[in-house]
Amino acid sequence: MRSLIAALAATTCLFSAAQAATVYPLDRATILAGSPFDLKVEFDTVVKPADVTVTINGEPAAKVLGKDVVFVEKEPGFEASAVLIRAGALPKPGMYTVEAKAGAETRTVNWEVYGTPATAKARNVIFFLGDGLSVAHRTGARLMSKGMHEGKADGRLNMDGIPPAAFIGTSATNAIATDSANTMSAYMTGHKTAVNAIGVYADRTKDAFDDPRVENIAEALRRTTRKSIGIVAPSEIEDATPAAVVAHTRLRSEKAAVVGQMFAVKPDVILGGGSAYFLPKSTPGSKRKDEQDFITMFREAGYTLATDKTELAAAAGTNSGKILGLFHTGNMDTTLDREFLKKGTVSKFPNQPGLVEMTKVALGELSKNPEGFFLMVEGSSIDKMSHPMDWDRALVETIELDQAIGAALDFAKTHPDTLIVVTGDHTHGVAIVGTVDDDKPGTEMREKVGVYADAGFPNYEDKNGDGYPDRIDVSRRLMLFANNFPDYYETFRPKLEGPFEPAVQNEKKQYVANQAYKDVPGAVLREGNLPRSSDTAVHAVDDVVLQVTGPGADGFRGYMEQSDVYRVLMEAMAVGPQAD
Amino acid sequence: MNPHILSRRLVLGGAGIVLSSLFAPVLPCAALATEALDFDELYGSVGVLGLTFSEKVKALSGRQVTMKGYMAPPLKAEADFFVLTEIPMSICPFCSSDADWPDNIVVVYLERAQTFEQANALIEVRGTLEVGSWTDPATGFVSLLRIVGASLATA
Repeated sequence: MRSLIAALAATTCLFSAAQAATVYPLDRATILAGSPFDLKVEFDTVVKPADVTVTINGEPAAKVLGKDVVFVEKEPGFEASAVLIRAGALPKPGMYTVEAKAGAETRTVNWEVYGTPATAKARNVIFFLGDGLSVAHRTGARLMSKGMHEGKADGRLNMDGIPPAAFIGTSATNAIATDSANTMSAYMTGHKTAVNAIGVYADRTKDAFDDPRVENIAEALRRTTRKSIGIVAPSEIEDATPAAVVAHTRLRSEKAAVVGQMFAVKPDVILGGGSAYFLPKSTPGSKRKDEQDFITMFREAGYTLATDKTELAAAAGTNSGKILGLFHTGNMDTTLDREFLKKGTVSKFPNQPGLVEMTKVALGELSKNPEGFFLMVEGSSIDKMSHPMDWDRALVETIELDQAIGAALDFAKTHPDTLIVVTGDHTHGVAIVGTVDDDKPGTEMREKVGVYADAGFPNYEDKNGDGYPDRIDVSRRLMLFANNFPDYYETFRPKLEGPFEPAVQNEKKQYVANQAYKDVPGAVLREGNLPRSSDTAVHAVDDVVLQVTGPGADGFRGYMEQSDVYRVLMEAMAVGPQAD
Repeated sequence: MNPHILSRRLVLGGAGIVLSSLFAPVLPCAALATEALDFDELYGSVGVLGLTFSEKVKALSGRQVTMKGYMAPPLKAEADFFVLTEIPMSICPFCSSDADWPDNIVVVYLERAQTFEQANALIEVRGTLEVGSWTDPATGFVSLLRIVGASLATA
């Protein structure tokens, strides 16, 4: 017992007195063997280059990583020094101890470098990412799409047939809470990072492009395989989730740069929104700050361009091998707006394809490659509609994602060497509490919320069998609530005139309830429980459920850090082959 | 309407009459002094490969216009420019990195810096319409349509 206490005291002392510097990749990093990454040591003070030593397993880091060391005496904005080794690699699997020293400052971190089997289990990987996909979205999509009587669902979603395999911990390196940048980056690089960061560790300097980089999945596949790569996302294609497949930046808002990084990797199929960042700034509608014309650049690189549903169908029939489909200057409209209500921006972009068509075109094109492919399909607007608590749109988006998953399951029937992962990047604080029934007596909508036995069953209908409710504004609807919110007017009704905008900012930069909903019959003001700086409901810290089917699925189990998922994908495709 | 703005408008309107008399003396002063421009009237065509300005916007370039809209959450509480949007913004692209601007924004440069109005309220902006890409040297903000030398009032 005495020796244990002594050991604890020694550890504590060591930590407080000496562990001053920061080393990236962080302690407990797991790194694909052979993958290039940047090593950075940030000292807390200005140190002399002669006093600095950085070793890996006792050897000079530069020698082990095969790259030169750069010493920065004072980092921009800091009275402190740093050393950097860019794009080094560790080809041999094993445990590595990194020690950085300069005068009184020392830091020791441990990394695990992993290889993969020499033989791949899966030729193809399809990675479905429901942005913000939480349990309530699945339950709600099932109830809305399939119905229920006597307590049993009247049908099953496609995702209901895919075994849940793991709980995913989504936290960032700098907070338990998390966003779509760092979470997808963890899936797509195997490294956790900070909120808003993609493909890098977040260092202390302001520059959004100098942070220590790690390899992403697209780069790993290009480096080691001849597989094709596809990205499908109805958000802006340079938004955080699709960006994480290809990009490196501390700030996800650097969308113009993300387009350039996407062009550098050249995924074979790119389908989504966000053309504004492809247009030179002189073109009205552009959001670039330079004159680069990525539409022309992609065309000259051999891509067939599609700008609407008709052109996408035509592009699917060409043999260019590369398709760039951009269907909106910004985020594509939600399924509910596109297919049913014709609200949002559908009048401006009337012929947008849906996620199912985009997924099918991508699978058709990518599967021409005998070496196989990696396809990322995002259900982007589940999250984009959950933030403003527009639950009807979020659930219809979930149904559409599920139908795209159905297309992938059909593909896997004829291509059994396909691993299909279905997961979310983070969750929302949302739950279904029952129903709301317009036919209950009175005028107060609150009194029409049915809980426990009073909830009964919702009365959505799907007479045409397309999987979507024929109408969203039926008399007995699902009632969902967020557990966190800004001030807003709860209307207890679907937002038929366009996506919900719960709060707007006032002159004190505080979010207040949007007065546009004040006079909806039965609307009640809910005083927010979030800081007044929060514009909408926020992400939850709760675990994500990961489901998987196909060869390599056995690598997922129990609780996994989001970054651990990458390793299983690498193993399934044998991207870092070592001896079996 | 803000009486201060009203009085300044009348002065400018008077100048309009003097100028207009050279060309078309029968035109009412309001038609030349300012023309109301609606968010629906900004673009002739909207597409993935870009937008085109409407004939009305091209014709009003360099002229006095009024536009009604909402003030987006500004970069700073007191500043000389802000973004005018068609509907109240529920997000703040200046504040949040996962938010982005709608396509049809108009950037308003005020005659002088002033503290901002409640973003929940409809406002009317008056000033000179500028058409074409321009990068704000202080902030790097790129805009295509601007109302410059502007004043604003509650609509």
